Amino acid sequence: MATILTVDDTASMRQMISFTLNSVGHEVLQAADGREALSILQNKKVDLVITDVNMPNMDGITFVKSLRELIDYKFTPILMLTTESQDAKRQQGKTVGATGWIVKPFNPEQLLNVVKKVLG
Amino acid sequence: MAIDMRQFHQTFFEESLEGLAVMETELLRLEKTTDSSDGRAGVATNPEILNTIFRAVHSIKGGSSTFGFGDVANFSHVLESRLDVLRDGRCMPDRPVVGLLLLAVDCLRSLIVAAKTGKETDRKTIDAVRDQLHELAQRETTPPTPGACPASTLVPACWRIVFRPSRQIFFSGNDPLRILRELAALGEVKIAVDISTLPSWELFNPEECYLAWTIDFAGRVTREALAEVFSWVMDDCDLDIVPSASMTPSLSITPRAIAEAVANVDAHAGSIRVSVPKVDALINMVGELVITQSMLSQLASHFTLESLPKLFIGLAQLERNTRELQESVMHIRMLPLSFAFNRLPRLVHDMSQKIGKKVEIIISGEQTEIDKTMIEGIIDPLLHLARNCLDHGIEPPAERRAAGKPETGLIELKAYQKGGNVVIEIRDDGRGLDYKRIHAKAIQRSLVAADAKLTREEIAELIFVPGFSTAETVSDISGRGVGMDVVRNNIHGLGGNVEITSEDGRGTRFLVRLPLTLAILDGLSVQVGAHTYILPLVCIVESVRVHPEQVSHPAGGGELYGLRKEYLPLIRLYELFGVEPRSTDLTQGILVVVEIDGRKAGLYVDDLLGQQQVVIKSLQTNYRRVEGISAATILGDGTVSMILDVAGLVRMAHAGSIRGDVAVHQRAPTDVGRSAGSPTIN
Amino acid sequence: MDTALALDHHRLQSSEEQYLTFQLDGQEYGIAILKVQEIKGWDKITPIPNSPPYVSGVLNLRGVIVPVIELRKRFNLPAAKPDAFTVIVVVNVGERLAGIVVDSVSDVIRLGAEQHCASPEYEGQREREFIQGMAQVEGRLLVLLDVDRLLKPEMLTERAEATPLSAQTSAR
Repeated sequence: MATILTVDDTASMRQMISFTLNSVGHEVLQAADGREALSILQNKKVDLVITDVNMPNMDGITFVKSLRELIDYKFTPILMLTTESQDAKRQQGKTVGATGWIVKPFNPEQLLNVVKKVLG
Repeated sequence: MAIDMRQFHQTFFEESLEGLAVMETELLRLEKTTDSSDGRAGVATNPEILNTIFRAVHSIKGGSSTFGFGDVANFSHVLESRLDVLRDGRCMPDRPVVGLLLLAVDCLRSLIVAAKTGKETDRKTIDAVRDQLHELAQRETTPPTPGACPASTLVPACWRIVFRPSRQIFFSGNDPLRILRELAALGEVKIAVDISTLPSWELFNPEECYLAWTIDFAGRVTREALAEVFSWVMDDCDLDIVPSASMTPSLSITPRAIAEAVANVDAHAGSIRVSVPKVDALINMVGELVITQSMLSQLASHFTLESLPKLFIGLAQLERNTRELQESVMHIRMLPLSFAFNRLPRLVHDMSQKIGKKVEIIISGEQTEIDKTMIEGIIDPLLHLARNCLDHGIEPPAERRAAGKPETGLIELKAYQKGGNVVIEIRDDGRGLDYKRIHAKAIQRSLVAADAKLTREEIAELIFVPGFSTAETVSDISGRGVGMDVVRNNIHGLGGNVEITSEDGRGTRFLVRLPLTLAILDGLSVQVGAHTYILPLVCIVESVRVHPEQVSHPAGGGELYGLRKEYLPLIRLYELFGVEPRSTDLTQGILVVVEIDGRKAGLYVDDLLGQQQVVIKSLQTNYRRVEGISAATILGDGTVSMILDVAGLVRMAHAGSIRGDVAVHQRAPTDVGRSAGSPTIN
Repeated sequence: MDTALALDHHRLQSSEEQYLTFQLDGQEYGIAILKVQEIKGWDKITPIPNSPPYVSGVLNLRGVIVPVIELRKRFNLPAAKPDAFTVIVVVNVGERLAGIVVDSVSDVIRLGAEQHCASPEYEGQREREFIQGMAQVEGRLLVLLDVDRLLKPEMLTERAEATPLSAQTSAR
């Protein structure tokens, strides 16, 4: 199965995502913000990144932009976690190269469906 | 930190149901602008109508999803998208479309009611209507064939999708292959790739996308669901989703189930909306009442005989304050009759289509106000009377043509205030009552003796007798004989009455009279022996002294009183109620002539005590219904007095004379239960 | 004249087995306390036309119209003149109120299970329908009444024959 990185400043969110994806056999790495995520990605290769938008130290948009500059992650699927009303953020994300988004609140099943679609 | 949304629910339900009513009215208006020759509606002339309808659904959609009413949100979402299509003029709102939209309004209404009451909805019909709404989308690009409305059944949807991603699509981590896979999971796909923009090898950049695809998709999936698959790349591609076979909406769904469920919508809203000026007036009046009260209590604390004139002034003021307050409060509960009338246009519209008659309804005086509780009670009787006009009164178009009348029949609904009552007239310009048929049917059902001679009025009254119906085939509309007597009872329950008049070939008219309010009655107190009874003023015609020579005794029993040219049944109230009168000599008392439902009677009492307004108190709450008594009231001295049911009394009297089989009964003085007076020791 | 006493249910610990006892023609009866709303002094009753003989009429209970049942008549006991002890027990059965005229009210007592006893053969068919059971209290016999049955609407809809119009002459 795949290796997935989840980036979110809320521990509970990371845990929920981690738990859900583990249940179908994926390996899940966690980071609390963009900076931490980038440092993890220096040493490990992942197949999919799921990131929140509002985070301290480095927010989601900046993180995606930086990530896309890395050769290894030029084409890796990156999904943003947004709320219904954050349309502007979604547009911004698209501009810096995000693949798509998952709208909060979501239930575990929805998460699994999207991940399955993206990873094939 | 969740907010409890439930506090907003009630308002949401009220708003939504009102919005639906507006939608219905506007849809009916839209239909009226339909040019019947080719079935298209004049959208250009009425863009505002569609906007109003759209806004109503949009609000319902927003509210329902915020407050978690998923079913409502889903359905209104579909409806909204379709309305959007109509608004843009991408689709023509012809007759079948408007019909479908009206159905959708019914569905939405039943969903909202289900959310409110927790009751079941007709899932099947709702799903079927939703599917048809989806299909409506197909008409965006294919205009409908004029006029035709085939009764086709639903067919599976076929789509043709052309997907041309931008060159840079891979850079967002998106993969067209993923998208195609997702499509394949939703239905059957036939995919053809377009490699026309593929450059030669030396110019080829493997990080860019040069391919496009045409997908023939077969599956009962909505356009939206298909578009959803492409949501992430919407800005990154050219996308075209078109139907590959044209559809026309069919109206093979019977709306009855929905309509009936909706008809049983609980119309008893537990709240009233009151205009601010009415509340202000109330507050002022209470203020004045408080002043008067304090003035009186001050007077009382230093009372001397000299203060007496001041006391009388104070009491007069109190009376004025109380009266004004009472009027003010009653006004709060008054609502315009339009609330009751607004269901009729829809009913007439649906019913006339169903039975193949052309009927128009004209409403006037709907701003006439009436007590809120009566609004709810009058809706059913009005619906039934209207159905009666539709079913029995208005003739089929051919017959009307032959009679030289316009093909479209007319039902006129008029309301106005007269005296202390609200009068509602429902008249049609149809064929009038078929007196012969009614008479024959009554004889057949043994409601009258075969040889009884009846006046036209009496024959007309027969339709109100329980179990009567002249419909040949019992249609579900109004033939089942459960009709007119229930209508009359309901109207009586509201303190009113209903009469019928008719003109052969010209039409029938129902006249409904209702008191202004349920809670208070203008009455006349009468004395019978040691007891006081109240007669509703609205039923009283006059009171006369009895001339013994005018009293006659027809064969078969009973007493009649000749008053001018008429003969009225004479009812001795003391006998009916088993009380001891002051005198059994008719000349010693007074005859009160009453009239109800077009029939008269004379009630014999000892004395008239005077007019007064009384508060109506229910007898049935703790006891049961008593024949001849409609309710009770509490007099100024704290004792209970019975309010007489004039209709019941008159019925008891007439029942004797029409049947001609009144038993002559001599009352024994020692009858149990008839003892004069009750223990009244104080 | 109006001496309405509201019974304080909270005063009594467990109301299940508690009864209000009253006298009627020398016999003691009991009604479950939970059914009793209040006790009213004798008051003016307005007769209701065409009602069963034991429904003497209605009275005004603070603005509500309440029917009054003459229990003596209901049990076919001889009538008695109301006196200073005569009261009307207002009962509440399933949201319906009614008043029952009794000779006098005694007390509120608790009944243990052991005090209940089997009902002996009772004369007077009428009362049998309303008897819920019997109990022994300090050597006295207490007849427990089923108030629900007393007030059942069917019971109250029993009507005496309707009086049709008579054919008597005007001058009598």
